Amino acid sequence: MQNKDIKRLSLFLLFAPFALWIILLIILPHIGMVILSLKEKVAPRVYEYSFANYLEFLNEPIYWNTLLRTGSMSLLVTALALLIGFPIAYYIAKIAGPRSRGGLFLLCLIPLWVSDLIRAFGWILLLRETGVISNFLQWTGLVGAPVEFLYNDVAVIIGLTYTVILFMIVPLVSTLDGMDNSMIEAGYNLGGNGFTVLRRIIVPYAMPGIVAGCIVTFMLTAGSYLTPILLGGKNSSWFTEQIYNQFITRFNWEGGAAFGMLLLLFTSLVIWLGLKLSGQTLANTVAKS
Amino acid sequence: MTDNSTYDLEAIGVSKNFGTFRAVKEVSFDIPSGSFFSILGPSGCGKTTLMRMIAGFEEPSGGDIKIKGKSVLGTPPNKRNVKMVFQHLALFPMMNVYENIAYGLRCNGVGTAEIKRKVQDVLDRIALPDVAEREIHQLSGGQKQRIAIARCMVLDPDVLLLDEPLGALDLKLREAMKIELKLLQHQFNTTFVYITHDQSEALVMSDNVAIMNQGEFEQIGTPQDLYHHPKTAFVAGFVGDSNRWSGVVKASDGTGGKVETEQGLPMSFSSAGKQAIQEGSRVTIFVRPEFIKTVRPSEAESTAEAGDNRMEGVVDSLLFNGANSRVLVRTGSGELVESDVTLTGDNDLKPGEDVQLVWSSRQAMCFADQGSA
Repeated sequence: MQNKDIKRLSLFLLFAPFALWIILLIILPHIGMVILSLKEKVAPRVYEYSFANYLEFLNEPIYWNTLLRTGSMSLLVTALALLIGFPIAYYIAKIAGPRSRGGLFLLCLIPLWVSDLIRAFGWILLLRETGVISNFLQWTGLVGAPVEFLYNDVAVIIGLTYTVILFMIVPLVSTLDGMDNSMIEAGYNLGGNGFTVLRRIIVPYAMPGIVAGCIVTFMLTAGSYLTPILLGGKNSSWFTEQIYNQFITRFNWEGGAAFGMLLLLFTSLVIWLGLKLSGQTLANTVAKS
Repeated sequence: MTDNSTYDLEAIGVSKNFGTFRAVKEVSFDIPSGSFFSILGPSGCGKTTLMRMIAGFEEPSGGDIKIKGKSVLGTPPNKRNVKMVFQHLALFPMMNVYENIAYGLRCNGVGTAEIKRKVQDVLDRIALPDVAEREIHQLSGGQKQRIAIARCMVLDPDVLLLDEPLGALDLKLREAMKIELKLLQHQFNTTFVYITHDQSEALVMSDNVAIMNQGEFEQIGTPQDLYHHPKTAFVAGFVGDSNRWSGVVKASDGTGGKVETEQGLPMSFSSAGKQAIQEGSRVTIFVRPEFIKTVRPSEAESTAEAGDNRMEGVVDSLLFNGANSRVLVRTGSGELVESDVTLTGDNDLKPGEDVQLVWSSRQAMCFADQGSA
């Protein structure tokens, strides 16, 4: 009997930190946010439950336009990360020799050691009016005056893609690594050309990794704050910026909470749609890798 | 017909080097249409490299490969009409059986109705007519095997390559698949090239077998030929079981003679592989267990004509395996000799009994050792 108690106690002790994390940092704050977002200020210090904050979002085009813009740009970043990340992952997993594989993988991970902030400043050094690229173009004589590359959508997309591409490469490498080389050879042997093998064999096989990578990069992009603000400036119109404004600038916590919930619902909806369209489930994509 | 196209596959002096390592050295062979050809060799002998060159995944460093009389050097793998069954089959797990078989047809631009007909046809021929809609993971090992073959055969290849496809199966299934493969080959009447390190697979199924060792073909022949008339010591040792003795030739008339083994025993032999054996040269003698008779001393007289070699020994142990039972006899000089026996369950040999081993010099295959006088 005593043995059983010890087992139960150890299970409880092991489970406690996890339960605390889930409850204190995820469930409770979100319940708080939901409650907060459903409150409406009717008079100083007087609140009523209503959907007013959500209605305000719908009635003000700038808000939902920003959300749609954030969503579509995040999708673009995800697609770019996939397009650039897939060949890199394929090279690491399938073409590179076993010795260079580890090194290449490490090279991909090294940028993670530097914070988002520093990485964004790196891009600023390159792209600003007095930055490396502008100076180089003047030196070659291609342009006569300094060029500003910062504070536009392209800079935001480049910066975001760079920030999140690692999270695309890692799951892709691990799925492609598990793919037997003879599968690819069989694809050629049975008469497929390079494109057929990629479309019919490699991509379907890597689908769980592709979907997992896309989910992670999309979530990170849509929820990112630093990179769009630093590289896009005041015109970046990222939805997280709206949330920040509600909380900090306007001190409208109720509105900010509603926006936060809307962002969560919106990204969840996009991911649900993505899973439906690709015929994958969360269980065999994110949970697997 | 002296026409080249009677050979489905020809290799002419094919070599492959990886850096300074020569994986395949000047291998030549030709395979007549519709036959079952095996390449048998220990791991690392270069047989997989050879097969990959035929399939087009590796370019030979030298020599030429012809399929149906046409050189395929420089032809990419997807343009060669050589299909391959991979070691782990490489069925596509994300497609069902129908899609797996249809894949190759789709690559060739065959119409949907035609694909449907051909897939059903090939499934009927492998006796699995109802599995088209199954997923790959729902199939048993033997079914996967047959689907992998069907996936290739539906494309009507000139040559089908099989890279140790039975390796992953359990023993019982492997035995059944051996027979099945042979039947399938007859049915499709396509040239099969089968790679294996398992001699029983090669011997049972093949019309011809090539023994490969260290990148070279040691001998090509029918299974019986290789077994009974090996040309080199490697073949004699690799194909089938053998007792072997090393010794020095004391007397030789060119085709046979007498040897004194390292243990100091006299032994008479016949020269194998049409080599002339010189007196005084160091040799290895191979005797297969089924040609050695184990008799009790009391019965020895009646077997006098059976063999001109004779050895005294004590039964060390019996290895009972039904019809393939063996007896291990420890001879006077301490070595163990294997001999086939028929155990009837009645008055059998028992460990500890004194016995005589008898065999004929015609069954003692003798090879001069490499690199000696």
